[in-house]
Amino acid sequence: MVKLNLHFSGGLELLFGNQKEYSVDVPHEPPSELKVGQLLVWTRDHLLTERPELFMKDKTVRPGILVLVNDVDWELSGTLDSELVDGDNVVFISTLHGG
Amino acid sequence: MNRASPAQQPARRYIMSLSEAELRARVAALEAENRLLKTRVIGYQKGDTGGKRPRTDDIVSGCSEHSLSNHQIKRYSRQLLLPSFGVQAQERLSKASVLVVGAGGLGCPSSLYLAAAGVGHLTIVDHDSVEVSNLHRQISHTEAATGESKALSAAVACMAINSSIQVDAWPTGFKPHNALELVQRHSVVIDASDNSPTRYLLSDACAISKTPLVSGAAIGFDAQLTVYCHGSQGPCYRCIFPEAPMPRACASCSDAGVLGPVPGVIGVLQALEAIKIVTQVGTPLSQTLLLFDGMASSFRSVKIRPKRPTCAACGQQPTITADSLPAYDYTAFTGSTGQQLNGHDQVRVVDVRPVEQFRMAHLPGSVNVPFLADDSSSFPGFVKQRAVALLHEAGVTEAVDIHGGLQAWAALDTSFPSY
Ligand SMILES: [Zn+2]
Repeated sequence: MVKLNLHFSGGLELLFGNQKEYSVDVPHEPPSELKVGQLLVWTRDHLLTERPELFMKDKTVRPGILVLVNDVDWELSGTLDSELVDGDNVVFISTLHGG
Repeated sequence: MNRASPAQQPARRYIMSLSEAELRARVAALEAENRLLKTRVIGYQKGDTGGKRPRTDDIVSGCSEHSLSNHQIKRYSRQLLLPSFGVQAQERLSKASVLVVGAGGLGCPSSLYLAAAGVGHLTIVDHDSVEVSNLHRQISHTEAATGESKALSAAVACMAINSSIQVDAWPTGFKPHNALELVQRHSVVIDASDNSPTRYLLSDACAISKTPLVSGAAIGFDAQLTVYCHGSQGPCYRCIFPEAPMPRACASCSDAGVLGPVPGVIGVLQALEAIKIVTQVGTPLSQTLLLFDGMASSFRSVKIRPKRPTCAACGQQPTITADSLPAYDYTAFTGSTGQQLNGHDQVRVVDVRPVEQFRMAHLPGSVNVPFLADDSSSFPGFVKQRAVALLHEAGVTEAVDIHGGLQAWAALDTSFPSY
């Protein structure tokens, strides 16, 4: 199990039962680390309540969603291959257009 | 019957209730508006004000004498007193020009603060007109401005605060054919727009002309702020979002609602970032995204990637250039039109709106099957999507949701009423 804090904002929380914060235990077998790609699939299968196409496209997040691991853009830690350990914070943000 | 219209009655009662001082203030405001209408160029004329734009790097510093007048010293004294701001920053500000795209919930507060702070030249672009439903958050616009151009109304509000600066209104909007020229005439640009095509267009024009872009967005209780195209490492919007999100994932304020102070917070911060950039004071919010959660009153600051070398707009071999930008199809890129219908002869359009709305206007040959979802307010086009899902469950697998719906149709077919 890997203990993670997940945060959804920018309207994404509407796909997750209108809840912004989740503390979760994600099943995982050592020795390899849990990767964000695996977390995405787990999140879709266990937390998402509706319209999976608004969260994922193919094996990654849909265009317009930014993923942050410990408040840093996942692009800087290896996107889908970013490794996660106990206590990490993962933020999913949908880009906003309103003004 | 000789009765005033409902709209006139409250207006008359309002005027009757004013004191002489209030009436004088109202006359002064109308005179300011009249002055603006007479002196400013309304609409886009190629090369009208021309000239070299003041860039922050053009501004010479180090003079022992300054150029501020006694009036300016008095007027801006509270910011001149700041050791980290002072006379030099004020001089830079008074020589700077800021382009504000959008005169809505973000553009109103940002332009008011920029005008008050004494930015030398402000240009406000918006093709829309003021609606009553805008007034709760678009604080430059008054009840009397309802139906008027938002750009002009916001410019008038800025002029009323500070008559010593130049304020231009562009009611023709921000389009691919005028984007680069407008951007190139300014030191910094504020993205206060409300739609995906304009956000990509603004970012591309700023990437090409290397103009810093202060980007804000708000919806509901959520808001975001960052600075794009800043310095040699700062990313553009396309670096972060190379592929446009699908339209049904993008809520707009008119679909999803917004609490006025939420864009207000971000609009004011956009003014702060623009002032910092043109005066070279402080650290601009480049490679950092600021998230505001109005429900929890909390800010979260996250680190985002630097410029992407393969970016189509700001990378090493850009495909979006000064030459190609004017012809770039931003609505097709972001999928923001109802063009899915084109090229299909055997299409059955099912209109799921309530029968009253179907009677007001509908597409020829469409059938009306009113459909009510349990919570239709959360996402735009939600009702359509639920209807399509039900059809899929029933085995009609070819059923698709027309992105943008009739609103997008009305944008293309001007004979179709929008409501
Ligand atoms: Zn870029």
